[in-house]
Amino acid sequence: MFKDVTVGQYYPADSVIHRLDPRTKINFTFLYIISLFLITSYTGYLVAVLFLAGIILLSKVPVGYIIRGIKGLIFIIILTVLINLFVTPGTPKFQLWKLVITEEGIHLATFMALRLIFLIMGTSIMTLTTSPIALTDGIEYLLKRIPIVKAYAHELAMMMTIALRFIPTLMEETDKIMKAQKARGADFETGNLLKRAKNLIPLLVPLFIGAFRRADELAIAMEARCYRGGENRTRLKELVYHWRDTYAYMVTIAMIAMIILTRYVNIG
Amino acid sequence: MSIEFIHLEHIYSKGTPFEHSALENVNLNIESGKFIGLIGQTGSGKSTLIQHMNGLLKPTQGTVVIDGLDLSDKNTKIKEVRQRVGLVFQYPEHQLFEETVEKDIAFGPGNLGLKKDEINSRVKEAMDTVGIDYEEFKDKSPFELSGGQMRRVAIAGVIAMRPDVLILDEPTAGLDPRGREEILNQIKSMHSKHKMTVILVSHSMEDIAKYTDQIIVMYRGKIKLYDTPENIFKEAQLLEEIGLAVPQVTQLMRRLKKIDPLINESVFTVEAAKAEIISMVRRRKDV
Repeated sequence: MFKDVTVGQYYPADSVIHRLDPRTKINFTFLYIISLFLITSYTGYLVAVLFLAGIILLSKVPVGYIIRGIKGLIFIIILTVLINLFVTPGTPKFQLWKLVITEEGIHLATFMALRLIFLIMGTSIMTLTTSPIALTDGIEYLLKRIPIVKAYAHELAMMMTIALRFIPTLMEETDKIMKAQKARGADFETGNLLKRAKNLIPLLVPLFIGAFRRADELAIAMEARCYRGGENRTRLKELVYHWRDTYAYMVTIAMIAMIILTRYVNIG
Repeated sequence: MSIEFIHLEHIYSKGTPFEHSALENVNLNIESGKFIGLIGQTGSGKSTLIQHMNGLLKPTQGTVVIDGLDLSDKNTKIKEVRQRVGLVFQYPEHQLFEETVEKDIAFGPGNLGLKKDEINSRVKEAMDTVGIDYEEFKDKSPFELSGGQMRRVAIAGVIAMRPDVLILDEPTAGLDPRGREEILNQIKSMHSKHKMTVILVSHSMEDIAKYTDQIIVMYRGKIKLYDTPENIFKEAQLLEEIGLAVPQVTQLMRRLKKIDPLINESVFTVEAAKAEIISMVRRRKDV
Protein backbone atom coordinates (compact mmCIF):
# COMPACT_ATOMS: atom_id res chain seq x y z
CA MET A 1 0.00 0.00 0.00
CA PHE A 2 2.95 2.37 0.50
CA LYS A 3 4.66 1.30 -2.67
CA ASP A 4 3.49 4.33 -4.66
CA VAL A 5 4.86 6.99 -2.35
CA THR A 6 8.16 8.11 -3.82
CA VAL A 7 8.41 11.56 -2.22
CA GLY A 8 11.12 11.32 0.39
CA GLN A 9 12.37 7.96 -0.88
CA TYR A 10 16.00 7.26 -1.62
CA TYR A 11 17.04 5.68 -4.92
CA PRO A 12 20.48 4.11 -4.53
CA ALA A 13 22.74 4.57 -7.54
CA ASP A 14 26.29 5.63 -8.31
CA SER A 15 26.21 9.04 -9.98
CA VAL A 16 27.77 12.48 -9.76
CA ILE A 17 24.57 13.83 -8.25
CA HIS A 18 24.56 11.12 -5.59
CA ARG A 19 28.15 11.97 -4.66
CA LEU A 20 27.53 15.70 -4.29
CA ASP A 21 27.72 17.11 -0.80
CA PRO A 22 24.25 17.09 0.78
CA ARG A 23 24.66 20.79 1.61
CA THR A 24 25.13 21.55 -2.07
CA LYS A 25 21.97 19.68 -2.92
CA ILE A 26 19.92 21.31 -0.17
CA ASN A 27 21.13 24.77 -1.18
CA PHE A 28 20.49 24.01 -4.83
CA THR A 29 16.95 22.85 -4.11
CA PHE A 30 16.31 25.93 -2.00
CA LEU A 31 17.60 28.27 -4.71
CA TYR A 32 15.80 26.30 -7.38
CA ILE A 33 12.48 26.75 -5.56
CA ILE A 34 13.08 30.50 -5.23
CA SER A 35 14.02 30.78 -8.89
CA LEU A 36 10.81 29.00 -9.87
CA PHE A 37 8.90 31.91 -8.35
CA LEU A 38 11.00 34.38 -10.32
CA ILE A 39 9.86 32.94 -13.63
CA THR A 40 7.48 35.14 -15.54
CA SER A 41 7.54 33.60 -19.01
CA TYR A 42 7.48 30.19 -20.68
CA THR A 43 11.07 30.77 -21.74
CA GLY A 44 11.96 30.78 -18.04
CA TYR A 45 10.32 27.40 -17.64
CA LEU A 46 12.23 26.15 -20.64
CA VAL A 47 15.46 27.07 -18.86
CA ALA A 48 14.27 25.38 -15.66
CA VAL A 49 13.20 22.22 -17.46
CA LEU A 50 16.50 21.98 -19.33
CA PHE A 51 18.50 22.23 -16.13
CA LEU A 52 16.23 19.73 -14.40
CA ALA A 53 16.44 17.30 -17.32
CA GLY A 54 20.23 17.55 -17.20
CA ILE A 55 20.28 16.77 -13.49
CA ILE A 56 17.87 13.85 -13.85
CA LEU A 57 20.00 12.46 -16.67
CA LEU A 58 23.16 12.77 -14.56
CA SER A 59 21.51 11.24 -11.49
CA LYS A 60 20.72 7.93 -13.26
CA VAL A 61 17.30 7.87 -11.55
CA PRO A 62 14.65 6.53 -13.97
CA VAL A 63 12.30 9.31 -15.10
CA GLY A 64 9.35 7.08 -14.25
CA TYR A 65 10.33 7.26 -10.60
CA ILE A 66 10.20 11.03 -10.57
CA ILE A 67 6.91 11.09 -12.50
CA ARG A 68 5.41 8.77 -9.89
CA GLY A 69 6.14 11.41 -7.24
CA ILE A 70 3.91 13.82 -9.17
CA LYS A 71 1.16 11.22 -9.41
CA GLY A 72 0.83 11.17 -5.64
CA LEU A 73 0.11 14.89 -5.58
CA ILE A 74 -2.00 15.06 -8.73
CA PHE A 75 -5.10 15.97 -6.75
CA ILE A 76 -3.54 19.17 -5.41
CA ILE A 77 -2.30 20.10 -8.87
CA ILE A 78 -5.72 19.60 -10.43
CA LEU A 79 -7.38 21.60 -7.67
CA THR A 80 -4.96 24.48 -8.15
CA VAL A 81 -5.50 24.43 -11.89
CA LEU A 82 -9.30 24.43 -11.55
CA ILE A 83 -9.35 27.26 -9.02
CA ASN A 84 -7.03 29.40 -11.11
CA LEU A 85 -8.95 28.57 -14.24
CA PHE A 86 -12.31 29.69 -12.97
CA VAL A 87 -11.70 32.52 -10.53
CA THR A 88 -9.14 34.64 -12.38
CA PRO A 89 -10.79 37.82 -13.64
CA GLY A 90 -9.94 39.11 -17.15
CA THR A 91 -10.99 38.81 -20.76
CA PRO A 92 -13.49 35.95 -21.14
CA LYS A 93 -12.49 33.23 -23.56
CA PHE A 94 -14.93 30.35 -22.99
CA GLN A 95 -18.12 30.14 -21.04
CA LEU A 96 -19.43 26.95 -19.46
CA TRP A 97 -22.86 27.64 -18.00
CA LYS A 98 -22.08 30.24 -15.27
CA LEU A 99 -18.38 29.54 -15.18
CA VAL A 100 -16.22 31.87 -17.18
CA ILE A 101 -12.76 30.91 -18.28
CA THR A 102 -10.58 33.91 -18.97
CA GLU A 103 -7.47 34.17 -21.02
CA GLU A 104 -5.55 35.23 -17.92
CA GLY A 105 -7.05 32.24 -16.10
CA ILE A 106 -5.65 29.77 -18.61
CA HIS A 107 -2.30 31.50 -18.43
CA LEU A 108 -2.19 31.50 -14.64
CA ALA A 109 -3.43 27.91 -14.36
CA THR A 110 -0.69 26.62 -16.67
CA PHE A 111 1.88 28.61 -14.75
CA MET A 112 0.74 27.27 -11.43
CA ALA A 113 0.63 23.69 -12.67
CA LEU A 114 4.13 23.95 -14.12
CA ARG A 115 5.42 25.59 -10.97
CA LEU A 116 4.01 22.83 -8.79
CA ILE A 117 5.27 20.05 -11.02
CA PHE A 118 8.78 21.51 -11.13
CA LEU A 119 8.66 22.05 -7.40
CA ILE A 120 7.85 18.41 -6.75
CA MET A 121 10.36 17.16 -9.30
CA GLY A 122 13.12 19.39 -7.94
CA THR A 123 12.63 18.31 -4.35
CA SER A 124 12.17 14.65 -5.18
CA ILE A 125 15.40 14.60 -7.16
CA MET A 126 17.12 15.80 -3.99
CA THR A 127 15.60 13.13 -1.73
CA LEU A 128 15.98 10.43 -4.38
CA THR A 129 19.72 11.04 -4.69
CA THR A 130 20.57 11.76 -1.04
CA SER A 131 20.40 9.10 1.64
CA PRO A 132 18.31 10.20 4.65
CA ILE A 133 21.36 10.16 6.89
CA ALA A 134 23.36 12.40 4.52
CA LEU A 135 20.37 14.68 4.25
CA THR A 136 20.04 15.22 8.00
CA ASP A 137 23.81 15.66 8.22
CA GLY A 138 23.56 18.41 5.67
CA ILE A 139 20.63 19.99 7.47
CA GLU A 140 22.54 19.95 10.75
CA TYR A 141 25.50 21.75 9.20
CA LEU A 142 23.23 24.34 7.63
CA LEU A 143 21.16 24.87 10.78
CA LYS A 144 24.37 25.63 12.67
CA ARG A 145 24.72 28.74 10.54
CA ILE A 146 21.39 30.17 11.67
CA PRO A 147 21.42 32.14 14.94
CA ILE A 148 19.17 30.95 17.80
CA VAL A 149 18.29 27.72 15.94
CA LYS A 150 22.02 26.98 16.13
CA ALA A 151 21.77 25.84 19.76
CA TYR A 152 19.29 23.12 18.87
CA ALA A 153 20.80 22.09 15.52
CA HIS A 154 22.14 18.77 16.73
CA GLU A 155 18.99 17.80 18.63
CA LEU A 156 16.77 18.71 15.68
CA ALA A 157 18.96 16.76 13.28
CA MET A 158 19.06 13.76 15.62
CA MET A 159 15.28 13.76 15.90
CA MET A 160 14.99 13.88 12.13
CA THR A 161 17.52 11.08 11.70
CA ILE A 162 15.65 8.88 14.14
CA ALA A 163 12.29 9.69 12.59
CA LEU A 164 13.60 8.88 9.11
CA ARG A 165 15.32 5.78 10.36
CA PHE A 166 12.05 4.45 11.77
CA ILE A 167 9.80 5.14 8.80
CA PRO A 168 10.66 1.86 7.03
CA THR A 169 10.59 -0.05 10.32
CA LEU A 170 7.15 1.25 11.17
CA MET A 171 5.90 0.58 7.65
CA GLU A 172 7.14 -2.97 7.90
CA GLU A 173 5.49 -3.31 11.29
CA THR A 174 2.22 -1.90 9.94
CA ASP A 175 2.31 -4.40 7.13
CA LYS A 176 3.01 -7.25 9.53
CA ILE A 177 0.27 -6.37 12.02
CA MET A 178 -2.17 -5.77 9.19
CA LYS A 179 -1.46 -9.24 7.84
CA ALA A 180 -1.73 -10.79 11.28
CA GLN A 181 -5.13 -9.19 11.85
CA LYS A 182 -6.26 -10.10 8.34
CA ALA A 183 -5.35 -13.68 9.15
CA ARG A 184 -7.80 -13.32 12.04
CA GLY A 185 -10.49 -12.21 9.64
CA ALA A 186 -10.08 -8.44 10.04
CA ASP A 187 -11.31 -6.31 7.17
CA PHE A 188 -9.54 -3.08 6.28
CA GLU A 189 -10.96 -2.56 2.82
CA THR A 190 -14.76 -2.42 2.95
CA GLY A 191 -17.42 -0.46 4.84
CA ASN A 192 -18.19 3.23 5.23
CA LEU A 193 -15.74 5.78 6.62
CA LEU A 194 -16.79 5.39 10.25
CA LYS A 195 -16.67 1.61 10.10
CA ARG A 196 -13.29 1.68 8.41
CA ALA A 197 -11.90 4.03 11.03
CA LYS A 198 -13.17 1.70 13.72
CA ASN A 199 -11.64 -1.28 11.95
CA LEU A 200 -8.25 0.41 12.21
CA ILE A 201 -8.16 0.03 16.00
CA PRO A 202 -6.69 -3.52 15.84
CA LEU A 203 -3.93 -2.04 13.68
CA LEU A 204 -3.26 1.23 15.50
CA VAL A 205 -3.15 -0.03 19.08
CA PRO A 206 -0.38 -2.61 18.48
CA LEU A 207 1.44 -0.14 16.22
CA PHE A 208 1.57 2.57 18.90
CA ILE A 209 2.54 0.12 21.61
CA GLY A 210 5.31 -1.14 19.35
CA ALA A 211 6.50 2.40 18.57
CA PHE A 212 6.67 3.32 22.26
CA ARG A 213 8.50 0.12 23.06
CA ARG A 214 11.03 0.81 20.31
CA ALA A 215 11.50 4.42 21.44
CA ASP A 216 12.14 3.25 24.95
CA GLU A 217 14.62 0.61 23.87
CA LEU A 218 16.43 3.05 21.60
CA ALA A 219 16.72 5.66 24.36
CA ILE A 220 18.24 3.09 26.70
CA ALA A 221 20.59 1.80 24.01
CA MET A 222 21.76 5.36 23.27
CA GLU A 223 22.28 6.22 26.91
CA ALA A 224 24.12 2.95 27.44
CA ARG A 225 26.60 4.26 24.89
CA CYS A 226 26.89 7.58 26.73
CA TYR A 227 24.89 9.74 24.37
CA ARG A 228 24.50 13.18 25.96
CA GLY A 229 23.37 15.36 23.07
CA GLY A 230 25.37 17.56 20.74
CA GLU A 231 27.79 19.39 23.01
CA ASN A 232 31.44 18.54 22.31
CA ARG A 233 30.34 15.69 20.11
CA THR A 234 32.71 14.95 17.25
CA ARG A 235 31.76 13.26 14.00
CA LEU A 236 33.00 10.15 12.29
CA LYS A 237 32.43 11.65 8.87
CA GLU A 238 32.90 15.39 8.50
CA LEU A 239 31.22 16.88 5.46
CA VAL A 240 33.83 18.21 3.05
CA TYR A 241 33.22 20.19 -0.11
CA HIS A 242 34.87 18.86 -3.26
CA TRP A 243 35.55 20.44 -6.64
CA ARG A 244 32.35 18.93 -8.01
CA ASP A 245 30.41 20.96 -5.43
CA THR A 246 32.03 24.13 -6.68
CA TYR A 247 30.96 23.25 -10.21
CA ALA A 248 27.46 22.50 -8.96
CA TYR A 249 27.24 25.90 -7.29
CA MET A 250 28.46 27.52 -10.51
CA VAL A 251 25.78 25.70 -12.48
CA THR A 252 23.16 26.78 -9.94
CA ILE A 253 24.20 30.43 -10.22
CA ALA A 254 24.19 30.16 -14.01
CA MET A 255 20.66 28.77 -13.91
CA ILE A 256 19.35 31.54 -11.68
CA ALA A 257 21.09 34.16 -13.81
CA MET A 258 19.49 32.75 -16.95
CA ILE A 259 16.07 32.63 -15.32
CA ILE A 260 16.37 36.25 -14.20
CA LEU A 261 17.51 37.12 -17.70
CA THR A 262 14.34 35.61 -19.17
CA ARG A 263 12.34 38.14 -17.19
CA TYR A 264 13.80 40.91 -19.30
CA VAL A 265 14.61 39.28 -22.62
CA ASN A 266 11.51 37.70 -24.03
CA ILE A 267 12.05 35.39 -26.97
CA GLY A 268 8.82 33.42 -26.99
CA MET B 1 -7.69 -30.14 3.70
CA SER B 2 -4.93 -30.14 1.14
CA ILE B 3 -2.63 -27.35 0.06
CA GLU B 4 -1.19 -27.33 -3.40
CA PHE B 5 1.28 -24.97 -5.04
CA ILE B 6 1.82 -25.13 -8.78
CA HIS B 7 4.80 -23.31 -10.32
CA LEU B 8 4.61 -20.68 -7.62
CA GLU B 9 6.83 -17.63 -7.98
CA HIS B 10 6.94 -14.53 -5.84
CA ILE B 11 8.98 -11.43 -6.54
CA TYR B 12 8.86 -8.54 -4.08
CA SER B 13 8.76 -4.94 -5.38
CA LYS B 14 8.72 -6.08 -8.98
CA GLY B 15 9.91 -3.41 -11.37
CA THR B 16 11.88 -1.34 -8.84
CA PRO B 17 15.58 -1.37 -7.92
CA PHE B 18 14.53 -3.17 -4.73
CA GLU B 19 13.24 -6.13 -6.75
CA HIS B 20 13.88 -9.33 -4.90
CA SER B 21 12.87 -12.85 -5.83
CA ALA B 22 11.65 -14.78 -2.79
CA LEU B 23 10.15 -17.90 -4.36
CA GLU B 24 11.02 -19.61 -7.60
CA ASN B 25 9.04 -22.37 -9.25
CA VAL B 26 7.70 -23.95 -6.07
CA ASN B 27 5.68 -27.10 -6.58
CA LEU B 28 4.29 -28.57 -3.42
CA ASN B 29 1.43 -30.76 -2.30
CA ILE B 30 0.66 -30.94 1.40
CA GLU B 31 -1.74 -33.70 2.39
CA SER B 32 -4.47 -33.27 4.93
CA GLY B 33 -3.85 -34.15 8.58
CA LYS B 34 -0.05 -34.13 8.55
CA PHE B 35 2.30 -32.41 10.96
CA ILE B 36 4.76 -30.68 8.66
CA GLY B 37 8.03 -29.03 9.60
CA LEU B 38 9.32 -26.17 7.47
CA ILE B 39 13.01 -25.41 7.77
CA GLY B 40 15.50 -23.27 5.92
CA GLN B 41 18.02 -20.52 6.45
CA THR B 42 16.87 -16.99 7.25
CA GLY B 43 15.74 -15.47 3.97
CA SER B 44 15.12 -18.79 2.25
CA GLY B 45 11.45 -17.91 1.62
CA LYS B 46 9.67 -19.71 4.46
CA SER B 47 7.62 -16.74 5.59
CA THR B 48 6.76 -15.80 2.02
CA LEU B 49 5.66 -19.36 1.33
CA ILE B 50 3.32 -19.60 4.31
CA GLN B 51 1.72 -16.26 3.54
CA HIS B 52 0.57 -17.69 0.23
CA MET B 53 -1.36 -20.40 2.05
CA ASN B 54 -4.12 -18.06 3.20
CA GLY B 55 -3.98 -15.48 0.46
CA LEU B 56 -2.11 -12.76 2.37
CA LEU B 57 0.35 -12.67 -0.49
CA LYS B 58 -0.60 -13.20 -4.09
CA PRO B 59 1.84 -15.12 -6.28
CA THR B 60 3.43 -13.14 -9.10
CA GLN B 61 3.23 -16.38 -11.13
CA GLY B 62 1.62 -19.74 -10.56
CA THR B 63 -1.37 -21.08 -8.67
CA VAL B 64 -2.32 -21.83 -5.09
CA VAL B 65 -5.07 -24.38 -4.57
CA ILE B 66 -6.48 -24.84 -1.08
CA ASP B 67 -8.85 -27.77 -0.73
CA GLY B 68 -9.79 -27.58 -4.40
CA LEU B 69 -10.28 -23.79 -4.28
CA ASP B 70 -8.08 -21.76 -6.60
CA LEU B 71 -7.05 -18.64 -4.65
CA SER B 72 -6.58 -16.56 -7.78
CA ASP B 73 -10.21 -17.25 -8.73
CA LYS B 74 -12.37 -14.17 -8.11
CA ASN B 75 -15.24 -16.30 -6.77
CA THR B 76 -13.12 -17.77 -3.99
CA LYS B 77 -14.08 -16.15 -0.70
CA ILE B 78 -10.78 -15.16 0.81
CA LYS B 79 -12.29 -14.69 4.25
CA GLU B 80 -13.46 -18.29 4.27
CA VAL B 81 -9.99 -19.46 3.29
CA ARG B 82 -8.52 -17.41 6.15
CA GLN B 83 -10.90 -19.04 8.59
CA ARG B 84 -9.87 -22.48 7.44
CA VAL B 85 -6.16 -21.73 7.28
CA GLY B 86 -5.05 -20.16 10.56
CA LEU B 87 -1.73 -18.36 10.52
CA VAL B 88 0.24 -17.48 13.65
CA PHE B 89 2.99 -15.01 12.79
CA GLN B 90 6.36 -14.64 14.46
CA TYR B 91 6.04 -12.83 17.79
CA PRO B 92 2.24 -12.95 17.61
CA GLU B 93 1.98 -11.14 20.97
CA HIS B 94 2.72 -7.91 19.06
CA GLN B 95 -0.72 -8.09 17.49
CA LEU B 96 -2.70 -8.03 20.77
CA PHE B 97 -4.84 -4.92 21.07
CA GLU B 98 -8.00 -5.45 23.12
CA GLU B 99 -8.71 -4.40 26.70
CA THR B 100 -9.14 -7.94 27.98
CA VAL B 101 -7.75 -11.33 27.09
CA GLU B 102 -11.25 -12.64 26.41
CA LYS B 103 -12.10 -9.84 23.96
CA ASP B 104 -8.83 -10.26 22.13
CA ILE B 105 -9.29 -13.97 21.55
CA ALA B 106 -12.90 -13.28 20.52
CA PHE B 107 -11.72 -10.92 17.75
CA GLY B 108 -11.21 -13.65 15.16
CA PRO B 109 -14.43 -15.60 15.82
CA GLY B 110 -16.28 -12.26 15.95
CA ASN B 111 -15.04 -11.40 12.47
CA LEU B 112 -16.51 -14.67 11.26
CA GLY B 113 -19.93 -13.38 12.31
CA LEU B 114 -20.61 -16.10 14.87
CA LYS B 115 -23.24 -15.95 17.62
CA LYS B 116 -22.26 -14.73 21.05
CA ASP B 117 -22.48 -18.03 22.92
CA GLU B 118 -20.63 -19.80 20.11
CA ILE B 119 -17.85 -17.21 20.36
CA ASN B 120 -17.82 -17.66 24.11
CA SER B 121 -17.46 -21.41 23.98
CA ARG B 122 -14.71 -21.13 21.39
CA VAL B 123 -12.79 -18.63 23.51
CA LYS B 124 -13.00 -20.97 26.49
CA GLU B 125 -11.91 -23.94 24.42
CA ALA B 126 -8.99 -22.05 22.84
CA MET B 127 -7.77 -20.79 26.21
CA ASP B 128 -8.02 -24.29 27.57
CA THR B 129 -6.00 -25.62 24.63
CA VAL B 130 -3.10 -23.23 25.20
CA GLY B 131 -3.19 -23.70 28.96
CA ILE B 132 -4.44 -20.29 30.05
CA ASP B 133 -7.05 -20.48 32.79
CA TYR B 134 -10.31 -18.89 31.62
CA GLU B 135 -11.66 -17.61 34.95
CA GLU B 136 -8.34 -16.23 36.08
CA PHE B 137 -7.29 -14.48 32.90
CA LYS B 138 -10.41 -13.55 30.95
CA ASP B 139 -10.73 -10.04 32.41
CA LYS B 140 -7.03 -9.25 32.57
CA SER B 141 -5.44 -6.85 30.14
CA PRO B 142 -3.23 -8.76 27.68
CA PHE B 143 -0.52 -6.18 28.33
CA GLU B 144 -0.08 -7.10 31.98
CA LEU B 145 0.78 -10.72 31.18
CA SER B 146 4.24 -12.21 30.93
CA GLY B 147 5.79 -12.74 27.49
CA GLY B 148 4.98 -16.46 27.47
CA GLN B 149 1.38 -15.88 28.50
CA MET B 150 0.95 -13.18 25.85
CA ARG B 151 2.26 -15.62 23.25
CA ARG B 152 -0.30 -18.22 24.32
CA VAL B 153 -3.15 -15.71 24.25
CA ALA B 154 -2.14 -14.67 20.74
CA ILE B 155 -2.01 -18.29 19.58
CA ALA B 156 -5.41 -18.88 21.19
CA GLY B 157 -6.74 -15.97 19.12
CA VAL B 158 -6.03 -17.97 15.96
CA ILE B 159 -7.07 -21.37 17.37
CA ALA B 160 -10.46 -19.89 18.35
CA MET B 161 -11.27 -19.60 14.65
CA ARG B 162 -11.09 -23.41 14.47
CA PRO B 163 -8.92 -23.65 11.38
CA ASP B 164 -8.41 -26.93 9.52
CA VAL B 165 -4.82 -25.96 8.87
CA LEU B 166 -2.72 -24.27 11.51
CA ILE B 167 0.50 -22.58 10.43
CA LEU B 168 2.92 -21.41 13.09
CA ASP B 169 5.94 -19.26 12.27
CA GLU B 170 8.49 -19.91 15.01
CA PRO B 171 5.94 -20.07 17.80
CA THR B 172 8.55 -20.70 20.48
CA ALA B 173 11.14 -18.06 19.55
CA GLY B 174 12.39 -16.32 22.68
CA LEU B 175 10.60 -18.59 25.13
CA ASP B 176 12.21 -20.58 27.93
CA PRO B 177 12.68 -24.36 27.46
CA ARG B 178 9.65 -25.23 29.56
CA GLY B 179 7.41 -22.78 27.71
CA ARG B 180 8.61 -24.14 24.37
CA GLU B 181 7.84 -27.69 25.27
CA GLU B 182 4.42 -26.87 26.72
CA ILE B 183 3.31 -24.91 23.67
CA LEU B 184 4.55 -27.53 21.22
CA ASN B 185 2.96 -30.36 23.20
CA GLN B 186 -0.34 -28.50 23.21
CA ILE B 187 -0.14 -28.03 19.46
CA LYS B 188 0.72 -31.69 18.97
CA SER B 189 -2.23 -32.88 21.05
CA MET B 190 -4.54 -30.53 19.18
CA HIS B 191 -3.21 -31.95 15.94
CA SER B 192 -3.98 -35.54 16.94
CA LYS B 193 -7.35 -34.65 18.50
CA HIS B 194 -8.83 -32.64 15.64
CA LYS B 195 -6.94 -34.22 12.71
CA MET B 196 -5.65 -30.76 12.02
CA THR B 197 -2.93 -30.12 9.46
CA VAL B 198 -0.09 -28.30 11.22
CA ILE B 199 2.79 -26.52 9.55
CA LEU B 200 5.56 -25.57 11.94
CA VAL B 201 8.33 -23.18 10.93
CA SER B 202 11.28 -23.53 13.24
CA HIS B 203 15.03 -23.14 13.47
CA SER B 204 15.24 -25.79 16.14
CA MET B 205 16.04 -29.10 14.50
CA GLU B 206 15.29 -30.79 17.83
CA ASP B 207 11.69 -29.51 17.83
CA ILE B 208 11.25 -30.35 14.16
CA ALA B 209 12.57 -33.88 14.66
CA LYS B 210 10.45 -34.47 17.71
CA TYR B 211 7.07 -33.35 16.42
CA THR B 212 6.80 -33.60 12.66
CA ASP B 213 5.75 -36.34 10.21
CA GLN B 214 7.30 -34.67 7.22
CA ILE B 215 9.83 -31.93 6.64
CA ILE B 216 10.08 -29.34 3.90
CA VAL B 217 13.57 -27.94 3.43
CA MET B 218 13.81 -24.61 1.66
CA TYR B 219 16.88 -23.08 0.12
CA ARG B 220 17.05 -19.78 -1.78
CA GLY B 221 13.37 -19.67 -2.63
CA LYS B 222 13.15 -23.28 -3.74
CA ILE B 223 12.01 -26.53 -2.16
CA LYS B 224 15.21 -28.49 -1.72
CA LEU B 225 13.84 -31.56 0.03
CA TYR B 226 10.42 -32.78 1.10
CA ASP B 227 10.48 -36.05 2.97
CA THR B 228 10.18 -37.81 6.32
CA PRO B 229 12.54 -36.76 9.16
CA GLU B 230 14.44 -40.08 8.80
CA ASN B 231 15.27 -39.40 5.18
CA ILE B 232 15.93 -35.68 5.64
CA PHE B 233 18.37 -36.06 8.51
CA LYS B 234 20.31 -38.70 6.59
CA GLU B 235 21.43 -35.85 4.36
CA ALA B 236 23.58 -34.27 7.05
CA GLN B 237 26.16 -32.96 4.61
CA LEU B 238 23.62 -31.35 2.32
CA LEU B 239 21.85 -29.76 5.28
CA GLU B 240 25.09 -28.26 6.53
CA GLU B 241 25.91 -26.92 3.09
CA ILE B 242 22.67 -24.94 3.07
CA GLY B 243 23.14 -23.52 6.53
CA LEU B 244 21.12 -26.06 8.48
CA ALA B 245 22.09 -29.00 10.66
CA VAL B 246 20.87 -32.31 11.98
CA PRO B 247 19.65 -32.43 15.60
CA GLN B 248 22.43 -32.42 18.18
CA VAL B 249 21.63 -35.97 19.34
CA THR B 250 21.95 -37.15 15.75
CA GLN B 251 25.36 -35.47 15.56
CA LEU B 252 26.33 -37.34 18.69
CA MET B 253 25.09 -40.64 17.27
CA ARG B 254 27.06 -40.06 14.09
CA ARG B 255 30.21 -39.62 16.15
CA LEU B 256 29.45 -42.73 18.17
CA LYS B 257 29.03 -44.70 14.97
CA LYS B 258 32.73 -44.13 14.30
CA ILE B 259 33.46 -45.97 17.54
CA ASP B 260 30.77 -48.60 17.17
CA PRO B 261 29.62 -49.24 13.59
CA LEU B 262 26.65 -51.28 14.80
CA ILE B 263 24.90 -48.24 16.25
CA ASN B 264 21.87 -46.77 14.51
CA GLU B 265 22.58 -43.14 13.63
CA SER B 266 19.04 -42.33 12.45
CA VAL B 267 18.02 -41.13 15.88
CA PHE B 268 16.51 -37.69 16.38
CA THR B 269 15.19 -37.50 19.91
CA VAL B 270 16.89 -37.74 23.27
CA GLU B 271 14.63 -40.66 24.31
CA ALA B 272 15.49 -42.73 21.26
CA ALA B 273 19.17 -41.91 21.67
CA LYS B 274 19.02 -43.02 25.28
CA ALA B 275 17.60 -46.39 24.29
CA GLU B 276 20.16 -46.76 21.52
CA ILE B 277 23.11 -45.90 23.78
CA ILE B 278 21.91 -48.23 26.54
CA SER B 279 21.69 -51.09 24.07
CA MET B 280 25.15 -50.18 22.77
CA VAL B 281 26.62 -50.23 26.26
CA ARG B 282 24.97 -53.60 26.98
CA ARG B 283 26.21 -55.03 23.72
CA ARG B 284 29.77 -53.91 24.37
CA LYS B 285 29.68 -55.25 27.93
CA ASP B 286 28.75 -58.66 26.59
CA VAL B 287 31.66 -58.65 24.17
